[in-house]
Amino acid sequence: MQASDRFNINSQLEHLQAKYVGTGHADLTRFEWAVNIQRDSYASYVGHYPMLAYFAIAENESIGRERYNFMQKMLLPCGLPPEREDD
Amino acid sequence: MHLYNLTLQRSSGICFAIHGNFSGDKYQEIAIARGKILEIVKPDNSTGKIHSLISVDVFGVIRSMLAFRLTGGSKDYIAIGSDSGRIVILEYNGSKNIIEKVHQETFGKTGCRRIVPGQYLAVDPKGRAVMISAIEKQKLVYILNRDSQARLTISSPLEAHKSNTLVYHTVGIDVGFENPMFACLEMDYEEADNDPTGESAINAVQTLTFYELDLGLNHVVRKYSEPLDEHANLLIAVPGGNDGPSGVLVCSENFITYKNFGDQQDIKCSIPRRRNDLDNPDRSTLIVCSATHKTKSMFFFLVQTEQGDIFKVTLEIDEDMVTEIKMKYFDTVPVSSSIAVLRTGFLFVASEFGNHCLYQITNLGVDDGEPEFSSSSLLEENEKYLFTPRNLKNLILVDELESLSPIMYSFIGDLSNSDTSQIILACGKGPRSSLKVLKHGLEVSEMAVSELPGNPNAVWTVKKHENDDFDAYIIVSFNNATLVLSIGETVEEVTDSGFLGTTSTLACAQIGDNALVQIYPEGIRHIRADKRVNEWRSPAKRHIVKCAINHKQVIIALSGGELVYFEMDVIGQLNEYTDRKEMGCEVICMALGAVPKNEQRSRFLAVGLSDNTVRIISLDPSDCLSPLSMQALPASPESLCIVEMGLKDKSVKDLSSERLYLTVGLQNGVLLRTVIDNVSGDLSDTRTRYLGTRPVKLFTVKMQDSSAVLAISSRCWLLYYHQNRFHLTPLSYELLEFASGFSSEQCPEGIVAISSNTLRILSLEKLGTIFNQHSIPLDYTPRKFCVHYESGNIILLEMDHNALTEKSKKARKQAMAEEMVENAGDDESKEEAAAEMAAAFLSEDLDEKIFGAPKPGLGYWASQIKIINPITNKLIDKVCLEQNEAAFSIALVKFSQYGDSQFIIVGTAKNLILNPRSCEGGNLHVYHLTDNCSKLELMHVTPVEETPYAICSFQGKIAVSLGKLLRIYDLGKKKLLKKCENKHLPNIIVSLHSMGHRIYACDVQESIFFIRYKREDNQLVIFADDTLPRYITASTLLDYDTVALADKFGNICVVRLPKDTNDDVDEDPTGVKSLWDRGWLGGASQKVEAVCEFHVGETITCLQKATLIHGLAECLVYVTLSGSIGVLVPFTSLEDHDFFQNLEMHLRNENTPLCGRDHLSFRSYYFPTKGVIDGDLCEQFNSIQLTTQKNISEQLERAPTEISKKLEDIRTQYAF
Repeated sequence: MQASDRFNINSQLEHLQAKYVGTGHADLTRFEWAVNIQRDSYASYVGHYPMLAYFAIAENESIGRERYNFMQKMLLPCGLPPEREDD
Repeated sequence: MHLYNLTLQRSSGICFAIHGNFSGDKYQEIAIARGKILEIVKPDNSTGKIHSLISVDVFGVIRSMLAFRLTGGSKDYIAIGSDSGRIVILEYNGSKNIIEKVHQETFGKTGCRRIVPGQYLAVDPKGRAVMISAIEKQKLVYILNRDSQARLTISSPLEAHKSNTLVYHTVGIDVGFENPMFACLEMDYEEADNDPTGESAINAVQTLTFYELDLGLNHVVRKYSEPLDEHANLLIAVPGGNDGPSGVLVCSENFITYKNFGDQQDIKCSIPRRRNDLDNPDRSTLIVCSATHKTKSMFFFLVQTEQGDIFKVTLEIDEDMVTEIKMKYFDTVPVSSSIAVLRTGFLFVASEFGNHCLYQITNLGVDDGEPEFSSSSLLEENEKYLFTPRNLKNLILVDELESLSPIMYSFIGDLSNSDTSQIILACGKGPRSSLKVLKHGLEVSEMAVSELPGNPNAVWTVKKHENDDFDAYIIVSFNNATLVLSIGETVEEVTDSGFLGTTSTLACAQIGDNALVQIYPEGIRHIRADKRVNEWRSPAKRHIVKCAINHKQVIIALSGGELVYFEMDVIGQLNEYTDRKEMGCEVICMALGAVPKNEQRSRFLAVGLSDNTVRIISLDPSDCLSPLSMQALPASPESLCIVEMGLKDKSVKDLSSERLYLTVGLQNGVLLRTVIDNVSGDLSDTRTRYLGTRPVKLFTVKMQDSSAVLAISSRCWLLYYHQNRFHLTPLSYELLEFASGFSSEQCPEGIVAISSNTLRILSLEKLGTIFNQHSIPLDYTPRKFCVHYESGNIILLEMDHNALTEKSKKARKQAMAEEMVENAGDDESKEEAAAEMAAAFLSEDLDEKIFGAPKPGLGYWASQIKIINPITNKLIDKVCLEQNEAAFSIALVKFSQYGDSQFIIVGTAKNLILNPRSCEGGNLHVYHLTDNCSKLELMHVTPVEETPYAICSFQGKIAVSLGKLLRIYDLGKKKLLKKCENKHLPNIIVSLHSMGHRIYACDVQESIFFIRYKREDNQLVIFADDTLPRYITASTLLDYDTVALADKFGNICVVRLPKDTNDDVDEDPTGVKSLWDRGWLGGASQKVEAVCEFHVGETITCLQKATLIHGLAECLVYVTLSGSIGVLVPFTSLEDHDFFQNLEMHLRNENTPLCGRDHLSFRSYYFPTKGVIDGDLCEQFNSIQLTTQKNISEQLERAPTEISKKLEDIRTQYAF
């Protein structure tokens, strides 16, 4: 593999990471991964109306409230981020 | 195993509803999205009844929908954001009654993803641009325009992305003809993600961001962004340009705020709260939906809160500046997903659960004495506006669209011993719940029943004049007399009608312009308008046996099989045709079609003969009375009927869809439907259906302006054409003997019928529905029920989170009333007033069905157990559980040591917290079911350490799931006795089944586990499990090795143990190993195979193997949260399977779904579809364009009619 190719692949990966939120990389932490999964899940719940209805029945809330709650939970889905270890 | 998926009842819940002039005429229609179904309905302006125009399965998830109109246009288009990664613009073609795709632009991947647009749509009010955005980051703007042919054009997308930003809502701002502007409710999470102290998360604010589309530069700029004080969930655009001040209303928790650019100050109004509310006082109020109404002179908004209260919001404007928001309590209706104000003064409320309502707005809330809350009055900290909810004052309910959504549990079986299955559904949420009993059949409303002096044998209705709208006479024929009744305000006997009353009648009708004709065994009586009577007498010793009449022609059959033909000439004379025709054998029945418009006669006569044939005879002058074609019948005919059906549109004559049908009722109870060729009179494309045990009699009636056929056998059926499809539906009514169409002012499209010695007037309003239902109201969300077959009773579990039991509700009310009195102070007069108020408060009883039940907060649970007879609607017994005792499971069981006594076991959790899940243990209540299932006697309560989620009977004992534990209990005198336990299941067991030595346990996340009970060792051993994670919501056993599963994402699958599976763990060393020595993955040594996989698209709540109609084969019935009922039916022959597979493949290619989602990829949403052919797609064959139909049928090497016949056959083979 030529050096230019490697550079190319890296830049392609960077492009993907910039374009698609949640594309992983080698230094991804457990927290970042989990946050991403959680946000994807909440987005999916909001997108699928029957899922909102399912939660609304379980929690006895209105569908509008469930949608709002899920959007709110996307802010910090896994609690506070861990302290960053500077190296 | 190969299955075929059929939807019996499409989903009835509504996700969004929008209104607009979709057909382009002056009436407004409502477009409704029901998940994967797009439907257009139209409220009738005079009656207020809602009629469905068209309903299409789009095989995709509709996530957002908007109506828009190009400037100067008169027709609204529908823009749809779905999970297809495409924006789709649809147009409704009213004359053809189809929805057409105008544009489809791809921008991203499929699926409901976080950053792929589709979740929100916003459109410029002038229809110049549309913005489609994702939950995070991506926003695209498309410019809409017109080309030289005035067709809608769409530009390439302009990006308005912002990363790390969540979008809550978007709306198009009304800026008149300035550059289009969109407002978005956004929140940036980047800082919060990188701040471990949590400070920035607390300080994170939403912003209201305005995006401007610069039409000159052709790009989108982020114009202005402003932080908000509260967290909001909804934006409402305020009319602008010449109509208003422009800007947005931001609906946030507890507040509505008006915002605009420039000098405009924010105007903020607190959302009023209910006075004396039992809800948790710390709960915030949210606006869940809104509607805007705008006329030339004014505009207002209706906003609905989470509790269902609607407020009318108006703005005070001073020189284009908003100075004040005014809110006024309007009325309370069920909490809805969308509301829409129609121009005709109707309010359409699409409830989020339960029936949808159409209200007439009688008053706009002006001068009704309600207090008006204004943004300008200053409120103290924590002070709130208060209002008193009351019954409807401004609205009147006009119609309800029935909805089964959400179906929580179901049972299919015959509890009434009536030889047809009932579908029993536990539906609804909270106080709007009900137990519904569905029967296959059309609902009949009885308008009048009157007794007659004897037993009549026939009945007809006639008009006086050809152009009359309504019928004038009802003629009832008895054995030796004829009774004539006139229709007016009342129905009474008349003698001056000209009809001969002293003989029985064979037939009578209005003929020519204004004459009447009566045929009786001895002759024909032609009654002219001036009461002159012409008589034609039958030859001596020969009687008229049968006859057929239409508007211009009369044909009679004399005994011996001779036909005599009469035709009306221009001066209204009835002339006999020169020749008669000998048929050679007795005529059993005859039929004439109606005279086509602008023609002199109907050209075909159908004659049913005793030699088991039906013949078509020409009545054309050129070859009059010559035979054209004949069809042999399997049995002797009883009745014939020629009708024109299948007209798609009444104004445009489309010869391809309009057809002449000959329906033949046979004496063995079979109905045949055959197409008559319009030119040659050839018979083709015969469809057969068995109707009942008695000979089938046929009658033509009018339904929704077109012809329909009423067929009477041992049940009554109606054959009609509705929404591009033939329906043959039984009537849910007593058996009739003879019927005829009926039309009067009160009942424009009815049926007059006789049944023994009564005359009945009936009307059928709900055409298109296949079930008729009655419902029994419930108090809380129904969860599960068991069926006691011997008595036909149901033991039902109702449970709600965030709810109060009746007892604690009363206690709270009492406490509140006492507090009121206490707060009044020492002043005697005040105290008195307070006491009065408290008494009024205590006596006041608001219907929880409309006003909702109080929500005390998380961790409050209320449960009830009821015995109900669903057939008689009787509540037999009720047991209320303590507050915070949440009942999750119920089972009807017998214990081997207690013989035939039946017990109800109810599993409850104490003080359960949902998230993160925790509870203070649970209880197993054992009730003795006594007096033939009419009383629940509590025997004892056994405390357990976890929530019992599922109970099933197992070898004379019970298997109970306690969280992740599976345990076997036996019944003791004072307690349930623990016998055996397995701790190796992963999360929570949500359902249990047993058969023989096996227990089938379904996990909430990890699919199914097959467990074998080893009696010798008293052990429960998992011997097989699944390889895929499935979030099981429903399951049912198909056989010893096969289970059908459904998960909460809307997938159904059938899993089966491979042939070589060994559940005798002694012989298998790995089985023992799986007991003691679990590896990393911890799975069982044997795995099930998925035989079928299919994505339904709605959360499935119950599965059952059942027969829908007696005598038909079994199928797998599923019900969903969105209120749909479907079946999976097995193929019986490989040939059929191949045929449908090919048909499905061709339809996938040639009939791509409306919203741009690929059918195969939708049905393979979570798991690749396998072994299931989608009948819903196949049945679209009947509604696609003729050229495409032809194309597909050529490739399949079959005729199009043959394909539709196959489609009909497979449906009627299992279901309806």
